[in-house]
Amino acid sequence: MTLLEIKSLKMDFGAGADALRAVDGVSLAIGTGETVCLVGESGCGKSVTALSIARLVPTPPANYVGGEILLNGRDTLKMANGELQKIRGGVVSYVFQEPGASLNPVFRIGSQIKESLKLHQPGKATDAEVIRLLKLVGIPAPESRIRNYPFEMSGGMQQRVMIAMALASEPKLLVADEPTTALDVTIQAQILDLLRDLKQRLGMAILLITHNLGIVGDMADRVAVMYAGQIVELSPAKELLRRPLHPYTKALMASVPKLHGTADRLSAIPGNVPRIGNFPPGCRFAPRCPIAQPECSVAVPDLVEAEPGRWVRCPFWKTP
Amino acid sequence: MSLLEVKNLKVHFPVKPGLFRRAHEFVKAVDDVSFSIEPGETLGLVGESGCGKTTLGRAIVRLVEPTAGSVLLGGEDITRMTGTELRARRRKFQIIFQDPYGSLNPRMTVEQIVGEALDIHQLTDSPSARQKRITELLKAVGLDAVYAQRYPHEFSGGQRQRIGIARALAVEPDLIICDEPVSALDVSVQAQIINLLQDLQQQHGIAYLFIAHDLAVVEHISRRVMVMYLGKIVETADAKTLISEPKHPYTQALISAVPEVDPETKRQRIVLPGDVPSPIHPPPGCPFHPRCPIAEARCQVEIPALREISAVHLAACHLAK
Repeated sequence: MTLLEIKSLKMDFGAGADALRAVDGVSLAIGTGETVCLVGESGCGKSVTALSIARLVPTPPANYVGGEILLNGRDTLKMANGELQKIRGGVVSYVFQEPGASLNPVFRIGSQIKESLKLHQPGKATDAEVIRLLKLVGIPAPESRIRNYPFEMSGGMQQRVMIAMALASEPKLLVADEPTTALDVTIQAQILDLLRDLKQRLGMAILLITHNLGIVGDMADRVAVMYAGQIVELSPAKELLRRPLHPYTKALMASVPKLHGTADRLSAIPGNVPRIGNFPPGCRFAPRCPIAQPECSVAVPDLVEAEPGRWVRCPFWKTP
Repeated sequence: MSLLEVKNLKVHFPVKPGLFRRAHEFVKAVDDVSFSIEPGETLGLVGESGCGKTTLGRAIVRLVEPTAGSVLLGGEDITRMTGTELRARRRKFQIIFQDPYGSLNPRMTVEQIVGEALDIHQLTDSPSARQKRITELLKAVGLDAVYAQRYPHEFSGGQRQRIGIARALAVEPDLIICDEPVSALDVSVQAQIINLLQDLQQQHGIAYLFIAHDLAVVEHISRRVMVMYLGKIVETADAKTLISEPKHPYTQALISAVPEVDPETKRQRIVLPGDVPSPIHPPPGCPFHPRCPIAEARCQVEIPALREISAVHLAACHLAK
């Protein structure tokens, strides 16, 4: 069953002549209990797309100019503030990159978790429930930990607290925006294990935003690759990693060094990621693309179903 | 003769209990570290945050003062040098930093940033020679000479890192300490910078100490790799051996924690419990024993020495074979 359906979402920053298109026609659906990864480099629009689901991007400066975001069939772009408040944390919860910056430094973590319970499940706002949540996310000795301030915890533990807080209201969808980027690899492995385990136990869907293709292989059922505000490839994760179709996905995978790799030289992608407001005409990857044709710089190619379940925004995807 | 020799280097930072009281406690950021780098070689240094890898890199170039031990560059001890004597030696070793945004002066043009190094060491004798050299350096790192009059904010992250590299190259160093030079960059730009560093090494025979937390990047660029944990080197070997046959349980866990791109290869993952302990109160015995999956009774008391497992493969573990 489809839990979330984003339909050709278009979002600008600014209005009128100064408008900069940050998200340009993104369509993405997430089923109940599914894990979808959104992959892309900085500035590609992956975070604002995810934040838009619960309308967490302030308007202005953001300006939704098209599309809809159907959460359980209701369009969040048309919701009034009261309804949005119920959705935020209630149906969709967020975990962000910097746990240290997301927690309030002057409140004990127990009371911060309780606050989110009070909002959505007032009957359950007890110490016992907070302790149960902390146990769920694998924090040792939760009885004493609830009296800790965020600074008394390590980055990995803080991220567990953030996850506990996100789970407080039993959301249907957990949006994790680079949840492990600020953490060390051994701690990253712990947090990813925790997310996988929670997903199975609680049956929630996860939208995981990352720039690390390794995490995609570990976590995702399906993956969407974004470049310059558009989805350029959408595919089941295993198939994408085994055989990427879009030249950008191919180039991205080839440019990352792998463990036990044998190449003497990495195949770098020339040039830089285009900045918002400065996207090239036509296919946005064309200036850096190894197989670009003259017509690539004329019109933006459509996202077409190249193979069953596999969508790609490149007419030349068959070119080796 | 080795280009760089680090002997029993220690960097201890005092933890101040109050304004007028003396420090009794110390953060042992670098604790008795010894290694050497040959000319033109790349030595990788990996470890998690807080393990002391950045402090080690900075102590080598004297950006932080070592507490004990010595750093020999080309056979000369630079740990006790001061003033002009030290400044003259600084030509031979340079450092590039992780944050290409924070390590360039925003009020200086690229020409001033790169030219400053030339001026300090009086490497050019006329304005036209200086101009020519700056153009040459920018070209070497893949930047067009027209960028010389621009300011750092006009560049992307990758381009700024190139400016940082040009600045380091200006004095023709023998050794560059690369402190996480690609971690702040976009994935598609990382490969450009790694390739550039490798090209420059081939052309100029520069040695690198390459500090990073990404094992795949370190394996790719390094000939030998050292693994650091809580201020100590726990394993050293050549890059391929270290990744394919790690001997220290910490290295094994670190390698198994790297998420795998290829969904076909399912590795046995070792998930380490807990966090890295505080370097103020490191655990007694082996510093890794509280998180170690194979620790024995003696690991809690005896500090393991870095010993030879096979020729050129060292590990600090009682149980490594």
